[in-house]
Amino acid sequence: MADLKPIVEMKGVKKSFPGVQALSGVDFRLFEGEIHAIMGQNGAGKSTLIKILTGVYKADGGSIVYCGTQCRFRTPLEAQKKGISTVYQEVNLCPNLSVAENIFIGREPRRFGMIDWNKINSESEKLLKRLNVSIDVTKLLSSYSVAIQQMVAIARVLCISSRVLILDEPTSSLDEQEVNELFEVLNKLKSEGMAILFVTHFLDQVYRITDRITVFRNGTFVGEYLTKDLPRVELIFKMVGKDISAMSAMPQKCLENVSDNKEIDSLLEIKGMKKHGSMNEFSLDVQKGEVLGFAGLLGSGRTETARLIFGIDKPDQGECLVKNELKNISSPSDAIELGLAFCPEDRKTEGIIDELSVRENIILALQGSLGIMKYLPRKKQDKIADEYIKALGIKTADAECEVRTLSGGNQQKVLLARWLATKPSLLILDEPTRGIDVGAKFEIQEFVMSHCKEGMSIIFISSELEEVIRVSSRVAVFRDRQKISELSGNDLKEEKIMHTIAGGQ
Amino acid sequence: MAGLKLKNIMGKIAGFFTAASRSGLLWPVIFFGLILLVNALINPGFFDIEIKDGRLSGSLIDIMNRSSYIILLAIGMTFVVATAGIDISVGAVVAISAAVSAYLIGGTLVVENGVQQYVSFMPMPVAIIAALLIATALGMWNGLLISRMGLQPIIATLILMVAGRGIAQLITSGQIITIYYKPFFFIGGGYLFGIPFSIYIVAAVLAVVMFLKKRTALGLFIQSVGINKTATRFAGINSSNIILWVYAFSGFCAGIVGLLVCSNNKSADGNNAGYNMELDAILAVVLGGTSLAGGKFYIMGSVIGGLIIQSLTTTIFSIKEIKPEANLVVKAVIVFVVCLIQSESFRKKVAGVIFLREKKSL
Ligand SMILES: Nc1ncnc2c1ncn2[C@@H]1O[C@H](COP(=O)(O)OP(=O)(O)OP(=O)(O)O)[C@@H](O)[C@H]1O
Ligand SMILES: [Mg+2]
Repeated sequence: MADLKPIVEMKGVKKSFPGVQALSGVDFRLFEGEIHAIMGQNGAGKSTLIKILTGVYKADGGSIVYCGTQCRFRTPLEAQKKGISTVYQEVNLCPNLSVAENIFIGREPRRFGMIDWNKINSESEKLLKRLNVSIDVTKLLSSYSVAIQQMVAIARVLCISSRVLILDEPTSSLDEQEVNELFEVLNKLKSEGMAILFVTHFLDQVYRITDRITVFRNGTFVGEYLTKDLPRVELIFKMVGKDISAMSAMPQKCLENVSDNKEIDSLLEIKGMKKHGSMNEFSLDVQKGEVLGFAGLLGSGRTETARLIFGIDKPDQGECLVKNELKNISSPSDAIELGLAFCPEDRKTEGIIDELSVRENIILALQGSLGIMKYLPRKKQDKIADEYIKALGIKTADAECEVRTLSGGNQQKVLLARWLATKPSLLILDEPTRGIDVGAKFEIQEFVMSHCKEGMSIIFISSELEEVIRVSSRVAVFRDRQKISELSGNDLKEEKIMHTIAGGQ
Repeated sequence: MAGLKLKNIMGKIAGFFTAASRSGLLWPVIFFGLILLVNALINPGFFDIEIKDGRLSGSLIDIMNRSSYIILLAIGMTFVVATAGIDISVGAVVAISAAVSAYLIGGTLVVENGVQQYVSFMPMPVAIIAALLIATALGMWNGLLISRMGLQPIIATLILMVAGRGIAQLITSGQIITIYYKPFFFIGGGYLFGIPFSIYIVAAVLAVVMFLKKRTALGLFIQSVGINKTATRFAGINSSNIILWVYAFSGFCAGIVGLLVCSNNKSADGNNAGYNMELDAILAVVLGGTSLAGGKFYIMGSVIGGLIIQSLTTTIFSIKEIKPEANLVVKAVIVFVVCLIQSESFRKKVAGVIFLREKKSL
């Protein structure tokens, strides 16, 4: 491959934002017919590099060669027209438009000046076929799973003349099976000669599918390696810049706090709750200081359950006891008042307030519980913000930056900080480590677990079984919008849970 | 060499401007200053303020006095716009408030022994409070339609905009009520310590609003709702209630303006009171730097925006060369230009073009 000419070659690319040097002279090469991963911690500059390549941002310095010619795209559209198809980290699809509309929005084919719907539909079907997806494209996007939506996002940017496909953390909301399907498609595109750039924080996936890895650390170029020549341990070392043996002490579940006397220490008990069309009848309980894991495929009812508990959706029936007292939770603010907190999985639409500062985002839920009149003094706000920025290692120039200028993983940390700041007695975490790099993942888990030792309970929802098992003392398994079983003790094994999810008891 | 130096200076100026524009007040202040300057050029006595009969008088005082309507409406509108909403019913609410107060004050001229007696149908405080309450309730009606029934703000307030004038007519029985009760005239036309009373009202409302913005979490919550309603609700803030109260407050502000209009005109005209005022108010908010998309808002910006619109109107009228029929066109063109210049992406485009030229000439 070494004698081939790269289709994309970036050299000495620099980019700074007010207060941060996002990239300080990095190199990057991409070849046809390869899958290439850019690896690096949150805020290392991966997304920024992609945005510079596709013309979202203008580089402060450096050169870009595409297809043998020096070039600099002025807009993402121009890049797309020249064959670089990009799915950005924050994809914005419209759930209330049809699949076909989503694919063609903004570039509708016209006939006699009118939008040519027949063409839109047939073209959409063709594009999706190429990705091994055959669905009714006239249905609303929201009626399909996240995995299909992800494919739609790819189909949207892909066209016949595409030569480069860029995916910025496309798998963070997919389950195992869906990842397999995506990878099959990527391999197919690769064999057709497409150059694919793939950003993810899942090491497994990197080793399964990529041919080459470029590592960034803190906006600097660490190196470019063939995946087969770079052992995992070394990759992590290169990303983090320090020995990982320091991190090998993985956070473990804490069982000391969990007493046998449920009557006394029951924190939350749900009895016979259900909501038509969303979740079948279920009951569950969480004890003080316990971590209860939720396992199951996407759409199996994990998130729906959390939403019902937190008062976002109203159940048709069911009781909710907090500390053995019957309570009525009919809105998030009720739930927060009772000491609950819920960190939702979709950080863009349900989590961050993107134009507000990091500080304001962190204190938002706390201030919400205090009400309008008891405004936290500015000094106190600064203190809280700084405290969590430090504790969670949020990478930002300062607490006054708008949260949207943070990298994806760092936005996730801000959300976590928002809920920890309310000092909840039960924290519901829905995919809390999504988009967070390997190093920070452990740190965050550790930080959260340390709160557990102080008596906080957690409901931990994650698609990564290994993670769920590691931190939970009990795991509730969900399938088809039903809580089908609860496992604990010796049953807490990956195979056992997989088996349960798959349907065999 | 000289070119380099010039570039340096330009760079510094540009830096200063970007810093100042972050506070949100830069452009509004510049435009207001420009308009005043133009006025001063046309009319040398423009900045003069003199004391006549113990009252301050002069063009500036005049502009401040007259802009009080727009400013009050714009203050209420700012919050609405910050929640990504809009309230096009305020003009109609002004008319209703004016009609209610006029109706309760009563439109009868009572003359006894050749001397006019100041009698009102209801005590004046009752009339004032009733007008304000009704206006606030109408605002809440908007808020309910939007926050509870999920109507689009423009549709919800359109309903009241259309129906409101009818309601005002019903209250006044389709007539223009003329008021003879003199104490009522003070609100919109009186002077206190030589300064128009309406300016005190604006100052009072402004003070309360600034207090709420700076010293309570209201500003944070409103912005948060305007940027991302769902996420705000998930954070435990009652987005619906905030939206409800924001519209209620806009109604309240329109209520005050109704009183001012009625008192100043000494009459209530269901058809014309507050006519097109919603448009001026929205313009003032936009000129003040608050984006119609919601989020960050600038109360002082809206105040200056109101001053800009009023002084613009005054200026256009005072330039004899502009025919009266062209007034609105000229106003529209200027507002258009101001909005363009305020748009960051437009400024960038212009800067880009200039930069390119510079490069080519090198
Ligand atoms: N528009 C912006 N304004 C200011 N700073 C920005 C902007 N975009 C990115 N940054 C900063 O640049 C740095 C690199 O961000 P980038 O999004 O490239 O990280 P990343 O490697 O993609 O991280 P993640 O894994 O979390 O997605 C971060 O420190 C971020 O705060
Ligand atoms: Mg990123």
